[in-house]
Amino acid sequence: MSAALPLPTRRQEDWRYADLAALEKLWPLPVAEVIDVGAGETYTRAIVQTGGGVTQLALNLAKGASASIHVLNGGGEYARVEISVDLAEGASFTLGAAQIAGGAATAEIVTNLRHNAPNATSKQVVRSVAGGHASASYLGKVYVAPGADGTDGGQSVRAMLLSRSATANARPELEIHADDVKCAHGCAIGELDANGLFYLAARGLPPEAAKALMLQAFVAEALDGADALQEQALALLEAAL
Amino acid sequence: MLKIENLSATVAAAAGHRQILKGLSLTINAGEVHAIMGPNGAGKSTLGYTLGGRPGYEVTGGEVTFDGQDLLALAPHERAAAGLFLGFQYPVEIPGVSNLQFLREALNAQRKYHDLPPLSGAEFLRLAREKSALLKMDMEMLKRPVNVGFSGGEKKRAEMVQMGILGPKLAILDETDSGLDIDALRICGEGINAIMRPSETNGPDKAVLLITHYQRLLDYVKPDFVHVLAGGRIVKSGGPELALELEEAGYEAVVA
Repeated sequence: MSAALPLPTRRQEDWRYADLAALEKLWPLPVAEVIDVGAGETYTRAIVQTGGGVTQLALNLAKGASASIHVLNGGGEYARVEISVDLAEGASFTLGAAQIAGGAATAEIVTNLRHNAPNATSKQVVRSVAGGHASASYLGKVYVAPGADGTDGGQSVRAMLLSRSATANARPELEIHADDVKCAHGCAIGELDANGLFYLAARGLPPEAAKALMLQAFVAEALDGADALQEQALALLEAAL
Repeated sequence: MLKIENLSATVAAAAGHRQILKGLSLTINAGEVHAIMGPNGAGKSTLGYTLGGRPGYEVTGGEVTFDGQDLLALAPHERAAAGLFLGFQYPVEIPGVSNLQFLREALNAQRKYHDLPPLSGAEFLRLAREKSALLKMDMEMLKRPVNVGFSGGEKKRAEMVQMGILGPKLAILDETDSGLDIDALRICGEGINAIMRPSETNGPDKAVLLITHYQRLLDYVKPDFVHVLAGGRIVKSGGPELALELEEAGYEAVVA
């Protein structure tokens, strides 16, 4: 019989921005789901967590396998999606993740990618919206093993703050032990464009509707090809505004 | 339709508030086309933005009534719903939001304000198709994000399509002619006449305030009145001949 894992502390990097008080209520977490994607196979998945909670997923991508994951995260007091991926030679992983936090909620997306062999590619697009006193975080680690040449990893991370009391954290992290590697990361935290909001208002859209329209477009950048999630994102946005 | 009395307004700037409008008065009746001309920095765009309710433009004196309502008491979206259309000198790009989605939501928000039922998708598309044809704009353009990647001329034509779809009572058009080539200028001018002149289909309650630097748009949209705005006030008013006189002699000579 194994003893239950102790509750993490803020010292552990992966839990750095977490709402540990809210996490305690969910502790112990269910065992992480493990998905093995065989050589040359394709896997797609949409993770919709709109009422809070913690979802943990571990992917093992064999040679030439590919996985495409969409995430919509938010709701509740604490909403966290954690994905770890092991990539073998020539494997490919794409993540399109949107998270929306309002009130005093905490939402976070934590990814841990290991490019273990040459020529694997990964692309992550993460869009976060935080309103009220909420916080939305992204921690994304990309590890490139020695000898994993030809790795191509990309991270595009943007966050939108709806109030001065909201918080967004974005921490893309690269650990590279190979020479011939392309790892691009971009990260920006901003507010809704005031000129755009006035333009929409001048055509008759009330402020809340104008904000929702612009935010819907913002999160849609991460939910390309996942129309059902875009619809559900709108409901989360309206609740957060 | 619109009555501006002794309007004063400031604009938020880096170094506090700058007084731009200093006691401006102007009355526009249904069926009329007015043109406001004036040198750079006279307050022309400020007038448009102040009437539209743009944040940062603060009214410090005077009154504006629109169709008997106190315009200044309304929020920007309520002014639009009341029938005011502000044409932007620099239309704003909104990535990711399609023109069609934006205009349908805007039109239905205006209809809701008047307790009217929303237009169905088919009804809206018919209206959008009709108005874009009027401005010789491909419907495919309307499926693209608002103003993103549009040329200067396309942005102005898209503005006129928006005006056609929303069907306002009063259009305040801020330098709609800037950035237009000769053909686009004619198309926009004819579009303004088709959409904003009183007619059987348009009804009698239509008026236009053109803000411009040049005579060229006025060749297509003939004004009933021309005003010269300088130093935050209207310093001279006249008929269409005043615009020609300005073109000929320049602001300094005419205003002096």
